[in-house]
Amino acid sequence: MGDNRDNMVLTEAVYYILLSLWQPLHGYGIMQNVMTLSDGRVNLAAGTLYGAINTMLEKGLIRSVESDENSRKKEYIITQSGKDAIQNELVRLKELIRNGENIIGGLEQ
Amino acid sequence: MKHTAYKLFWAWEFEKEEKWLNEMSAKGFQLVAVGPFRYVFDDTIKEQYEYKLELLDNLPSSYKSVEYIRFLEETGVEHVGSMLRWAYFRKKASEGKFELYSDIDSKIKYYKRFIFLFLGISPLMIVNVINNFVAYTNHKLSINLIAGLFSVIMATLIGKGIFTINQKIQQLKKDKYIRE
Repeated sequence: MGDNRDNMVLTEAVYYILLSLWQPLHGYGIMQNVMTLSDGRVNLAAGTLYGAINTMLEKGLIRSVESDENSRKKEYIITQSGKDAIQNELVRLKELIRNGENIIGGLEQ
Repeated sequence: MKHTAYKLFWAWEFEKEEKWLNEMSAKGFQLVAVGPFRYVFDDTIKEQYEYKLELLDNLPSSYKSVEYIRFLEETGVEHVGSMLRWAYFRKKASEGKFELYSDIDSKIKYYKRFIFLFLGISPLMIVNVINNFVAYTNHKLSINLIAGLFSVIMATLIGKGIFTINQKIQQLKKDKYIRE
């Protein structure tokens, strides 16, 4: 207990960006991937993504990938600390789902 | 053909300005360049665009802003031009709704930029008001009175700007209690 990182609740944007970065991607690639993962529901705006990337770099959840000189686009990839954050988030989300389903008894049709 | 229009918007009226640019775009006039109170439209472009203004964190020429603008461009956003700290962006209307910020946190963070900017200028204006009125009581020069009154108007406008933007922030903070 007490470790902040363990109790960190990720925003939807950060959660999907981290999942997208299991493979190296540049900004636009992340936007498209999040769109695909969420079936078109989560449309990350470019300004929000830019801010999120910079904060996640600072916190060490992701890092930039050394790209070849031909490509000007920066690519990013998840770090071990980012993977830990996703693990913790999955545990939290499962708890939310379990409690929700227990109480209301599953999704209404 | 190019058309030039002159129009004044206050800093906190950026949404009104966007609306106007979008209406012009729907009428077939696409913004292609900006200057002080100056807007240049082109009526030969067939495409319709959605325009967005952004108060940048840094001056448009700074390394950070150049990097940010390049990032946006990589995602299909076009940079029309910049004016002081303002950048004018657009995206093809056919590509759907154009937003720069998609969650409450990043919107609040963005609006706070205005507050910092306004608060940064306001001491200057207040000092200006005091200086001019003190000078006027001492020397009775009407130039001091005029400059003093001008500063009062400017300080009031800045106050109005802070108030307007702060209302937006408070509304978003309320929303944040129940959603992201």
